[in-house]
Amino acid sequence: MKRIFLLGTMIAAAVCTTQAGAQELTGTLKKIKDTGAITIGFRDSSVPFSYLDDNQKPVGFAMDICYKIVDAVKKELKNDKIEVKLNPVTSATRIPLIANGTVDLECGSTTNNADRQKQVAFTNTHFLTASRFVSKKAAKLDKIDDLKGKSVVSTSGTTNIKQLTEANAARNLGINVIPAKDHAEAFLMVETDRAVAFVMDDILLASLAAGARDPSAYVISKDAFSKAEPYGIMLRKEDAPFKKVVDAATAELYKSPEGAKIYDKWFTQKIPPKGLNLNVPMGAEQKKAFTSPSDSPDPDAYAAN
Amino acid sequence: MRVARVRRVRGRQRVKHWLPLTRLERPSVVRSTLSPQAGRGKKQWPGHCMGFWLGTARGGECVNYNWNWGIFWDQTPDATGTYFGSLMSGLQVTILLALCAWFIAFVMGSLIGIMRTLPARWAVFVGNAYIEMFRNIPLLVQLFIWFFVVPELLPGDLGIWIKQLRNGPFIAAMLGLGFYMSSRVAAQITAGINALPKGQRMAGTAIGLTTWQTYRYILLPLAYRIIFPPLTSEFLNTIKNTAPALTIGVLELTARARSMQEFSFQVFEAFSAAAAIYLVLSAVVTIGMRILEKRLAIPGFNEGK
Amino acid sequence: MFSNFDYDVIWRSLPYLFQQGMAFTLTLTAIATVFGLILGTLIAMMRLSSSAVLSGFAVSYVNLMRSLPLVLVIFLFYFLMPYVGQWIIRSDQPVQVGAYASTIVTFTLFEAAYFSEIMRAGIQSVPRGQVMAGYAIGLNYREVMRHVVLPQAFRNMLPVIFTQTIVLFQDTSLVYVLSITDFLGAASKVAQRDGRLTEMYLFAALVYFLICFTASFFVKRLQKRISIIR
Repeated sequence: MKRIFLLGTMIAAAVCTTQAGAQELTGTLKKIKDTGAITIGFRDSSVPFSYLDDNQKPVGFAMDICYKIVDAVKKELKNDKIEVKLNPVTSATRIPLIANGTVDLECGSTTNNADRQKQVAFTNTHFLTASRFVSKKAAKLDKIDDLKGKSVVSTSGTTNIKQLTEANAARNLGINVIPAKDHAEAFLMVETDRAVAFVMDDILLASLAAGARDPSAYVISKDAFSKAEPYGIMLRKEDAPFKKVVDAATAELYKSPEGAKIYDKWFTQKIPPKGLNLNVPMGAEQKKAFTSPSDSPDPDAYAAN
Repeated sequence: MRVARVRRVRGRQRVKHWLPLTRLERPSVVRSTLSPQAGRGKKQWPGHCMGFWLGTARGGECVNYNWNWGIFWDQTPDATGTYFGSLMSGLQVTILLALCAWFIAFVMGSLIGIMRTLPARWAVFVGNAYIEMFRNIPLLVQLFIWFFVVPELLPGDLGIWIKQLRNGPFIAAMLGLGFYMSSRVAAQITAGINALPKGQRMAGTAIGLTTWQTYRYILLPLAYRIIFPPLTSEFLNTIKNTAPALTIGVLELTARARSMQEFSFQVFEAFSAAAAIYLVLSAVVTIGMRILEKRLAIPGFNEGK
Repeated sequence: MFSNFDYDVIWRSLPYLFQQGMAFTLTLTAIATVFGLILGTLIAMMRLSSSAVLSGFAVSYVNLMRSLPLVLVIFLFYFLMPYVGQWIIRSDQPVQVGAYASTIVTFTLFEAAYFSEIMRAGIQSVPRGQVMAGYAIGLNYREVMRHVVLPQAFRNMLPVIFTQTIVLFQDTSLVYVLSITDFLGAASKVAQRDGRLTEMYLFAALVYFLICFTASFFVKRLQKRISIIR
């Protein structure tokens, strides 16, 4: 037994020294270096952040940002040949998939909040949006209270469905909350009259409605379920070296004229697949988020003075 | 009982020569192959991460996951109860959906199954066509058709009325699952009737019974008893097949586990609890069915099989 | 009723539906069948083995898999597998398992339970008397297996294996829940993008039907051809 123990310690010591030798790189960076690949999680229908274009290839504002991050990672690791792998995620699967290492960066429309920061980390905010609902104009729904007793859809795994269920309980509305897999599916429920309204971040609602067969038939509520909350690109928690690279890359991009250019590309110009123009020029809050990049989960941190 | 014992013995003899795997589990062998790692501390296999597999450890040193079994007693975001309560309400929906779908499956399956044994050619043809149709399309596609497509194809007002039903997803799932399972039940019933000796049917005709009476008093009582075990497993399949209904917004057990995971971030607690509930459910059904089968058994017929 | 159908949407998306969607569905089916059969055979052997530990393990594995809904298993394995990988190779962080690799492993493990039951039933379907007869005419164990039991067992289980493969082919559509582009996933992505649910889902149903119907037709013919008349 003693001998076995001795042998064991020797092996352990050997293992420890090899580990100590490779100390410069840890976590995700080490993994990217070892495997020569970085995995990006993309969404089906988070227009214009991360969605599938006509050729079913993921594109979008967040995707562009992520490719910039990948460039920064390549530079950091001094390796031009890092392969980019794409892995589909849904609102329901994205957080566990970041945590369990399936994806390294989640590029989409993920709200950065304190709750989620206990599970994952976020880089600098790339967009700010509040939670509202879209409905058919004909239904004449404007306030949250108008949804009383109706069937309302939201995407499962989002902060929005959580806010909806919370409001439902707090205001005693008796709303029948239907969870959908992704935004396009949820919007279809409204389009086909299965639900009267779809609760989601207003920017996503605007792009979904704009892409509908008859965009003029839809209206987005004035009433909001939340303040304008920050969107961030997700990465694994407690991985400071990787976060440092990603933060530096995004901060540099947002502050540079290129940041505004990418923003304009997706929000004020025609975007695939149908060539629609969302027409959402940069507001004061968005400008502030870009000039002084921050990963704060607090909506108030982004208020323009 | 005797049959079972003989089978066991047979299996034993055969594999003894077949597969010398038994050596592997001799404790001495196991220990000697693994012992070098024994001294490497908790981190290494087999002791390595046992806490994770047993669901006790704070993951930390071995895997990046922290267990929190207390999560079941936390409040859900809608403040209507605990996560445990939410899983239980999911279980209720699962059971209710399975029972409703089973009712359809049993009734339709019996009708179609009997039709396929009738002397009339057209009846056999219709029965076969029905089975082929519902058996050769995946359940998920059938659910989508009932939920998304059928209301569109119905004349205007009726379609809208169906779409706005509050429990529309449940009804669609019930119909979809019911008809899908009915094709399997029908195949079993036909097999059961065909398994009866031809003399039974002849005897019925000989004593002057009509076709209906032959089925009612002779064939069916025997056939149902023969196919009781396969019908039990079809019922168990019905319970399992309620899970895909989450894709059309039915909040059954798996959907509840998924939403628990989304809100609490405790992925494995949520899904393993759901898995445990399914296991218990199927054990209860199996035992219940066995008792029922014994109750219904006719002395001298089909015993000992 | 069908007057406002847009058949063009189907036509336009055909390359995507088949080159990506159906290609993945078929790959997944093929790989899961092959590996499921191999693993299933091992499990069936364990189950029929003389060791209580092995057969106990096999029985609990099969019963566990057969009591859980596939959707749940797909979710659970997708999240769990990287940790298992970490545990096996003793890495300091979870091992990356992509969506595609994960579904392949999930379906293999899940279907192995079903295949093993088919194997076991096939082997046990050969009457005991034949084995005795084999020994009586002086064959040894290996010869009895090779010339008496396995040829018949194989004939008995072959159609069932093919039928189970058709079921597996249909079950692969459940990867939809992970947003993976299998045939149904592709159809639903097009349907949602273009707002053409009716057309795409009916088309998907038709394609699945034609494939499964044809396949099961051939299985039936095969069954008739190789069945042993007793």
